Amino acid sequence: MPSLLVILPLLAVLLLNLPLNFLRRLALPAVILLTAYQALVVLQLLPPCCVACPSHERWFVNVMDPLTSVLLLAIAIVAFVSVFVLHATASDEKHGFNALNLILLAVAGMNGLVMVRDLFSLYIFLEIASVASFVLIAAQRDMGGLEGAFKYLVMSALATMMMLASIALLLAFCGSTSFMVVAEALHRGAGHGYLLTATALFLGGLLIKSGVMPFHGWLPDAYSSAPAAASTLLAGIVTKVTGVYALMRLVLDVFGSSPAIQQLLLIFGAISVVAGALAALGQSDMKRMLAYSSISQVGYIVLGLGVVGSGNKFAAELGFAGALFHLFNHAIFKTLLFVNAAAVEKQAGTRDMNQLGGLAQKMPITGLTSLLAMFATAGVPPLAGFWSKLLIIAALWLAGLHGYALLGIGASLLTLAYFLSLQRRVFFGVLRAGCENVREAGWALLVPSVVLAAILVGVGLALPWLIGSFLLPVKGF
Amino acid sequence: MDPNLKNQILMNIILMAAMLLGALATVMLRQLVKAAIALAFTSVVLCIIMFKLSAPWAAVFELSVCAGLITVVFISAISLVKPATEEERTAHMRFKVRRYFLLPIVLLVVGCGLSFLKINPLPVIAGPEAISDMRVLLWGPRALDLLGQILVLLAGVWGVVVLFKEEK
Repeated sequence: MPSLLVILPLLAVLLLNLPLNFLRRLALPAVILLTAYQALVVLQLLPPCCVACPSHERWFVNVMDPLTSVLLLAIAIVAFVSVFVLHATASDEKHGFNALNLILLAVAGMNGLVMVRDLFSLYIFLEIASVASFVLIAAQRDMGGLEGAFKYLVMSALATMMMLASIALLLAFCGSTSFMVVAEALHRGAGHGYLLTATALFLGGLLIKSGVMPFHGWLPDAYSSAPAAASTLLAGIVTKVTGVYALMRLVLDVFGSSPAIQQLLLIFGAISVVAGALAALGQSDMKRMLAYSSISQVGYIVLGLGVVGSGNKFAAELGFAGALFHLFNHAIFKTLLFVNAAAVEKQAGTRDMNQLGGLAQKMPITGLTSLLAMFATAGVPPLAGFWSKLLIIAALWLAGLHGYALLGIGASLLTLAYFLSLQRRVFFGVLRAGCENVREAGWALLVPSVVLAAILVGVGLALPWLIGSFLLPVKGF
Repeated sequence: MDPNLKNQILMNIILMAAMLLGALATVMLRQLVKAAIALAFTSVVLCIIMFKLSAPWAAVFELSVCAGLITVVFISAISLVKPATEEERTAHMRFKVRRYFLLPIVLLVVGCGLSFLKINPLPVIAGPEAISDMRVLLWGPRALDLLGQILVLLAGVWGVVVLFKEEK
């Protein structure tokens, strides 16, 4: 079954491009069905039931652990939403069709990435998602898009070069690139200079792909200059999978969490949390503010991951559970915020917050879902983002990392500050001149907004079940 | 002399000469498209030589990446540009000299620095037994990577279609 999640998107791309005109008209429903199918399959396979399922797979044997399942679900949801956004915002049918193909390829790449257990395969699937994203960002061939894609391309090339060098060193040392073999060999050869270099190179590459500060240079340009559907996909899931997930998976299964890695993660996480939030405060472009907010929220995930090496078993489990939960939540609320940014840009014709105001009167549903997403991001109870941040901060506190815990709380207030600023400048207050003719966004943008907002509320309320069933039993540390 | 050995030597000479001619054509031809095709030809001949030298891995990658993919990328890029004028070429060369004149010095310094470092040899821990048969490797343990390569190529093709295809 897991193989289908890679093969079906590939088959869909090949079939949709047969020289038959009616197939093009089927592209949109086909992609919607495919992503919905993925979500349903993954929901059925969610732990604890899937752990006991016998596997007849050739490529992906026993891969459906909670980390993979949660990511597969997030990929399906965000891709599903991106297709709706594409339908609402595509400039013409041909561009829309090309973007659909690229979304399918990115989905195949991300699905493969979260299911592989081999360093070289991980690199290949990471490249698929990245190449599809470069093209999606630059698809409109405008100067901003090309510049954003080029920056992302250059930084990604640097990251992949570091990862490939690391893979070469590890292959020479371990004789294999399989996670299990590499982890065992690293354990036996702990402390050797080559292995430390290989570990540092791989982690450095993944930090660049995650957009963690100070490796974030590409991220605001890529997010803000991409077309709406591309930025939704990119901010919602691509960066999470290609950077943050891969980091979590490798810390969990391959590199382990030594004190040095723990310090590295905590320091970069803390810098991102604070500097991302401060940078977001100074933005006037809606998507650019969301991009800096992403950097800050990814910092929380990295902080949670940093607790794993603390030596306190319960804190480590809590930290990893919090990081995983925040990864999923961030995918949902950031996608929702980008959908709303797309709605505002389409209806009002601008993303510049200085030219907007009072839009909640004209776009009540967009305004309300935006408010929910904002509260979830800032960590207001009982929404999903509150619980994931609480888990991370509790884990930091339990591990004795009180300073980082307080920093996390402080940055949450900053998050609330910049999102309140966004909400006030865009949706609240008196309707700004020039916005009189703005109307509520169409169904293609409202349906995903409402679905995502419902997920945020539902996941927040279902926390007691989620934490007991598959968040905490991720791994015994 | 053994006729088989004689044939082998003759074949090697022909291959070496063909590769040399291909390489010469690549740098001598003034038209970029022709130069790119000559480079692909050189790569194909080099790939055959690698096979004969019992390096099938290197040969496969040489053929698929250098002879195949890179040629497609080169020709796609060349089809988009117009030839530079003599003045533009001179200005570009001046710009490159200004920008990169420090690079050889930096590389030299880094190389000298590294040569003084005492790096212990890598203690290789035996991993799973290496598979020497490329077919078994590609269609067996690395078949998933092959599927991944197909997806990367498709994404690249879409990149060319989306970014470079002229609007009617």
